[in-house]
Amino acid sequence: MQRIGVFVCWCGSNIAGTVDVKAVAEALKSEPGVVFSTEYQYMCSQAGQDLIKDAVKEHNLTGIVVCSCSPRMHEATFRKTAAAAGLNPYMVEIANIREQCSWVHKEMPLGTEKAIILGKAAVAKVNLNAPLTPGQSPVTKRALVIGGGIAGIQTALDIADAGFPVDIVEKKPTIGGKMAQLDKTFPTLDCAACILTPKMVDAAQNENIRIFSYSEVEAVKGFVGNFEVKIKKKARYVDETKCTGCGACIEKCPQKKVPNEFNLGMDNRRAIYIPFAQAVPKVATIDADYCNMLKNGKCGVCTKFCAAGAIDYKQKDEIIEEKYGAIVVATGFEPISMEKFDEFAYSQSKDVITSLEFERLTNAAGPTAGKLLRPSDGKHPHKIVFVQCVGSRCASCAEKGKEYCSKICCMYTAKHAMLTRDKYPDTDVTVFYIDVRTPGKNFDEFQRRAVEEYGVNYVKGMVGKVTPEGDKLIVRGSDLIANKQIKIDADLVVLAAAIEPDKTARPLATMLTASMDTNDFFTEAHPKLRPVESPTAGVFLSGTCQGPKDIPETVSQAGAAASKVIGLLQKDMLLGNPCVASSNQLMCNGCSSCERVCPYGAISYEDKEFPGPNRTVKVRRVATVNPAVCQGCGACTVACPSGAMDLNGFMNSQIMAEVDAICK
Amino acid sequence: MENKYLKDDIIRSSGVNPKKCMKCGKCTATCPSFDEMEYHPHQFVYMVESGDIEPLLESESLYKCLSCFACVDRCPRGVEPAKLVEAVKLSVIRQKNSNRLKADDVVKYLDEDIPQQAIVSAFRKYSK
Ligand SMILES: Cc1cc2nc3c(=O)[nH]c(=O)nc-3n(C[C@H](O)[C@H](O)[C@H](O)COP(=O)(O)OP(=O)(O)OC[C@H]3O[C@@H](n4cnc5c(N)ncnc54)[C@H](O)[C@@H]3O)c2cc1C
Ligand code: SF4
Ligand code: SF4
Ligand code: SF4
Ligand code: SF4
Repeated sequence: MQRIGVFVCWCGSNIAGTVDVKAVAEALKSEPGVVFSTEYQYMCSQAGQDLIKDAVKEHNLTGIVVCSCSPRMHEATFRKTAAAAGLNPYMVEIANIREQCSWVHKEMPLGTEKAIILGKAAVAKVNLNAPLTPGQSPVTKRALVIGGGIAGIQTALDIADAGFPVDIVEKKPTIGGKMAQLDKTFPTLDCAACILTPKMVDAAQNENIRIFSYSEVEAVKGFVGNFEVKIKKKARYVDETKCTGCGACIEKCPQKKVPNEFNLGMDNRRAIYIPFAQAVPKVATIDADYCNMLKNGKCGVCTKFCAAGAIDYKQKDEIIEEKYGAIVVATGFEPISMEKFDEFAYSQSKDVITSLEFERLTNAAGPTAGKLLRPSDGKHPHKIVFVQCVGSRCASCAEKGKEYCSKICCMYTAKHAMLTRDKYPDTDVTVFYIDVRTPGKNFDEFQRRAVEEYGVNYVKGMVGKVTPEGDKLIVRGSDLIANKQIKIDADLVVLAAAIEPDKTARPLATMLTASMDTNDFFTEAHPKLRPVESPTAGVFLSGTCQGPKDIPETVSQAGAAASKVIGLLQKDMLLGNPCVASSNQLMCNGCSSCERVCPYGAISYEDKEFPGPNRTVKVRRVATVNPAVCQGCGACTVACPSGAMDLNGFMNSQIMAEVDAICK
Repeated sequence: MENKYLKDDIIRSSGVNPKKCMKCGKCTATCPSFDEMEYHPHQFVYMVESGDIEPLLESESLYKCLSCFACVDRCPRGVEPAKLVEAVKLSVIRQKNSNRLKADDVVKYLDEDIPQQAIVSAFRKYSK
């Protein structure tokens, strides 16, 4: 028989406001096995924990029930308390009388009654608890960073600095991400390339960092400390170890009409290309969709001009298998498509562009060598209209926009407007805004400078329609403060397009069993207290894959993710979760139901001998669970038709006892 | 002045939730009747939300709306301002029992350039 202690927490007024805690403690006193029951204002405080420890000793307790907040909040805390008092930590059960009781009920009698029932269920369970001991598993001291934008680069550099090897997997031919496409960066207006490329070079030269560019993650197996990852290095038809990045091949390639994605299709590149001058690795890549040689075997010019003999038309995709202790997701963002926003005429006119296209048009390495010229006729625009919130905060247009605020557009629009007025004082610049959101160090000051010093015309109101007319774009918008409808005959319209997670993020999340929100941003383990960890152990988040962010915020998160990874990798052993499944092989009929539902691939089958009637031996196929891989999700216990699968700490008998206690 | 009863009535009959409005003005930006209207679509939304409905009841703006639904199409928050205009108009017609267009008047407007459909729909819009 257990000797159970019950500890009811007030959580200040959080619980005590709607639950009569004294009545709960009193009612639970008479439950089977309970030898001690009390309440206290803050059970998680030092004094509260001491109260538990003292009670364990004084009353020789063998099990503990804490009626308090969600186990996600403090189960670990109270398990530690129990361990400090010499109890097995798995002899602790939490009755959640806050999130599932006091916070959802308004009336004291109802709340109290429910709290008592939840307490009874927990007591019934503890009566059947048995001490559990977690297994140990070694940690592979290598990290994987998926995505090589500023987030991934910073995370990799920080992990490498701490002495651990890191691999960056980047799907494009070069690392750098969106920041490599930007011109100057708010709020200090330093040039993006000047601050980014040194970091790219650092990453390339750091001996702890390997960069797999033009590569993607194919499959992920395993668990925290022990991930096994398959990486596909896509064929780039150029031998990376030989190519010197001289560019001779590019100059001679006759296929000149390939839309240049780095300049967002505003100019062309060759079929063999290096995305930009500071690319890392600086190695050419052949675009198989356009290369004449790869498509119809007629050409081979590049191979003639490559002095290094690096071209290899027969190169195949290569699969690399590697083990990692931790994985960091840094897959970044993309601006959303503007095709469906007919009202802004993006598809009708070349002179309606997105803000990222604007960055390329003002970048010295861009298609116009940094001169702001209209894409349609190459003329200098004199009237420019910027429209904020295009597709952001768009609750009614799920098919084209996003409900959230993209966070960075107010600031980069102020930057674009200010830089335009600075460089071309003869241009008229109007910004249409719904709100100007500038929370950030020196951000509001920055936006005000655009207005006060640079004479940017900010109009409170939205643009309703853009109509191309001759070589003008007629912009119709409202000025809500003057209560006027405005019409501007603009030369160039710039749309601050909402941003969304990279399209590959969702399949990647499935591979990693990491969760995402409805917008496909990765979810953090706790929105405030664990912002860089995913709920899946060993998977961390860096940068805009977790939510819209500017560079300063991305870099801080990248460093934070790195420090979490370092904390994990410096451990030699990890304690596992003892709440794993196991099959009762006498009951198992080898039906494979459990294997099919296990999301972690923890279940396999073995042929085993069992005694049959009349001293015969029968060989049967039965399930076994690999406890190092099992995450204790319990899916198999539900799927098993013969009731052979059971989960430590959540045995079928324990769950039934809880249900019985509730229904009593 | 807040007219709670009328406000609730208009919100119910239009099915519009004016609280969803984020005051961006996109509806007003392209309203073709802007110049003829004393209160513009975003103002309709705001005035209904704040219960300031009396001035709307008196306003000619009610009859200037073309029901083109541009505002409904453009609104990023799904507010549907035109439905509010319609609901206020209907409540005037019902409340005052005053049809804007009487059957007798139709003859006056007959013109071979106007499609008959337009007259039928005007009749439907402006009368009980
Ligand atoms: C127009 C515009 C102007 C901006 N101006 C500024 C500014 O002035 N100042 C400022 O602070 N911020 C600015 N920003 C924001 C800035 O661009 C971002 O904060 C920053 O780029 C985020 O970095 P990231 O690494 O998270 O994402 P990204 O830069 O998007 O990098 C993600 C990387 O991951 C790769 N990737 C994606 N999926 C996979 C996959 N499945 N496998 C492998 N690799 C993958 C991508 O190819 C990419 O290289 C601006 C943004 C825009 C759109
Ligand atoms: S493939 Fe050869 S020619 Fe082309 S950049 Fe590399 S070394 Fe130069
Ligand atoms: S509980 Fe069962 S289904 Fe879940 S991970 Fe473990 S073995 Fe797989
Ligand atoms: S429906 Fe009425 S209020 Fe809305 S845009 Fe058309 S005319 Fe204006
Ligand atoms: S467009 Fe919609 S959200 Fe914007 S002001 Fe009009 S009703 Fe409000």
